[in-house]
Amino acid sequence: MSNSNAVQDAVDYSRFPDAEGHFGPYGGRFVPETLMAPLAELTEAYLRYRNDPDFLAEFDRDCADFVGRPSPLYLAERWTKKVGGAEIWLKREDLNHTGAHKINNTIGQALLASRMGKTRLIAETGAGQHGVASATIAARLGLECVVYMGAEDIQRQAPNVYRMRLLGAKVVPVTSGTRTLKDALNEAMRDWVTNVDDTFYIIGTVAGPHPYPMMVRDFQSIIGREARQQILEKTGALPDALVACVGGGSNAIGLFHPFLNDAEVAMYGVEAGGFGIESGKHAAPLCAGKPGVLHGNRTYLMEDENGQIIGTHSVSAGLDYPGVGPEHSWLKDIRRACYVSVTDDEAMDAFHKLTRSEGIIPALETAHALAYAEKLAAELGPGKRIIVNLSGRGDKDINTVATREGIEL
Amino acid sequence: MSRLAERFRQLKRDGRRALIPYITAGDPHPDLTVTLMHALVDAGADVVEVGVPFSDPIGDGPVIQLACERALAHGTGIRDVLAMVARFREKDAETPVVLMGYMNPVEIMGYQGFARAAADAGVDGVLIVDLPPEEMGELSGCLADSDLDPIFLVAPTTTEQRMRTICDHARGFVYYVSLKGVTGSGTLDMDSVGERVNRIHSMTGLPVGVGFGIDSAEKAAAMGRVADAVVVGSALVKQIEAHAHDHQAVVREVSGLLRSMRKALDAEAAPQTA
Repeated sequence: MSNSNAVQDAVDYSRFPDAEGHFGPYGGRFVPETLMAPLAELTEAYLRYRNDPDFLAEFDRDCADFVGRPSPLYLAERWTKKVGGAEIWLKREDLNHTGAHKINNTIGQALLASRMGKTRLIAETGAGQHGVASATIAARLGLECVVYMGAEDIQRQAPNVYRMRLLGAKVVPVTSGTRTLKDALNEAMRDWVTNVDDTFYIIGTVAGPHPYPMMVRDFQSIIGREARQQILEKTGALPDALVACVGGGSNAIGLFHPFLNDAEVAMYGVEAGGFGIESGKHAAPLCAGKPGVLHGNRTYLMEDENGQIIGTHSVSAGLDYPGVGPEHSWLKDIRRACYVSVTDDEAMDAFHKLTRSEGIIPALETAHALAYAEKLAAELGPGKRIIVNLSGRGDKDINTVATREGIEL
Repeated sequence: MSRLAERFRQLKRDGRRALIPYITAGDPHPDLTVTLMHALVDAGADVVEVGVPFSDPIGDGPVIQLACERALAHGTGIRDVLAMVARFREKDAETPVVLMGYMNPVEIMGYQGFARAAADAGVDGVLIVDLPPEEMGELSGCLADSDLDPIFLVAPTTTEQRMRTICDHARGFVYYVSLKGVTGSGTLDMDSVGERVNRIHSMTGLPVGVGFGIDSAEKAAAMGRVADAVVVGSALVKQIEAHAHDHQAVVREVSGLLRSMRKALDAEAAPQTA
């Protein structure tokens, strides 16, 4: 399997995307004309501040004092022993304020919004983690916040909905289409088209039109930068493999990106296999979809023969998305990263295993990465090291888990 | 000369403004679309704009979103839409037809396959809402090879520089979006629309159409004072929605509304300028 991670010596990954946001044939800016000028304005502002010492200092300060970074890199000893293969290290993004990696990005974007003079933040959310992270930073900066959420997700993620409301955000149910994350994204885009003057759209993943895939990646890359330094300090060597779950792909790209030029480090993105790829009921566009255009970028999608986006299925609301960040599509095609899938049942199994063996309750999204890491650890064998991005904690999912197991809380 | 160019030439000669209705193909039912297209022409349409249903229409407001959902419930795909245009062409060789839709259905057909099939069906112009000129790539050449006019939107937020780029790429007509927002929303500011339309006129010899938010004969007439063409979509689609289960009523109500707009537009535009 590691053969598929063919070494790409010639590519300098830090030079992507190009000025128009393209990662090879992917990415770009496919939006209604009304958004072209605001996207240009956003790009210009971001390029100005991404190297601005004051901006970076404020981002670092918030990451340290508000989020609690750096997040630890933790050796899961008991789990490693049980699996009996490669060492499994966990990058503990679950310990961040609000319980997931999402906050890294929302802080970055909200600081940018403030500098651009925008007073109103909008966001889309699936599992609610990005919505909570957006509402959190909006509360802290005193900005208005509106979160679009699919009506179906509102039902399955009730605690996060209430959390957002406690934080002062307005949660707007989206009843169009499949009533999930993709439709929430559509609705947020429509809001932005309508309120471009005062509104900043905080996209929660590495998808969307340029500059979002680049900007979100940059903010999330703090994960990989820390992990790279931590593993070198703790073991004196780079890891053999990285594993992260991929919905839109922000936690994965955040871990992967600082390692991309380290050719010896293999990378595995784990998509939601739902009931199994062969069932058609999954959310694995990289494993089973084909390239197309959705939500402002060209990328792998789940679509039918007419180019209509099809409904996805995953036990995890945060992975329930028919597209994926364009940089992942490119990394797949050039074989720098390998994309695999894990079923609902396998993810549930890994959820329990980590909980019982390490005392860490992972998010169901993260459980997909864990399930694959377990297989990979066994395959690689002792003497190798894997870093898994433990992207979020699982408190939000206990109702889902209990219901699946016929338990009423 | 393309059908669109020819139609606009006639209109200018006659001192009239173009009235361009929009319907979503397959809404309320695929069997009605061709009939409805002919009815639009009978009610005074100069160009017919046909929407290709898409599952994720980010540029559209709730009215056209629902139209897409009704059409998709019948499985209306891009190939079906082209077949409808071909059937329309059997009885109408003159009225230009513009396809309006989103990029993904075009991607899945392949650029050349789409362009050839659209031209064969009798399509004249193509407006892809989420495709700015910068991302046209090879589609540009494919459309040109098949004599299809690429139609682009200009928005209130469009900068001077982009306006020029868009005018350079556009054929057929330039479509000015009269408000910041999705289709069928908001209120119009006539003065600023007039100013922007004049600016576009100063950059291109192409006719300029105005759309988004024109829902009455009065607004159509007012827009006719400043633009060469008036596009009406959501207001008509609302009539389709209201009578979705009664096809005769759909044809009657949509035709009635369009006729009232035609009348108001013609009354307004009698003395031709420019």
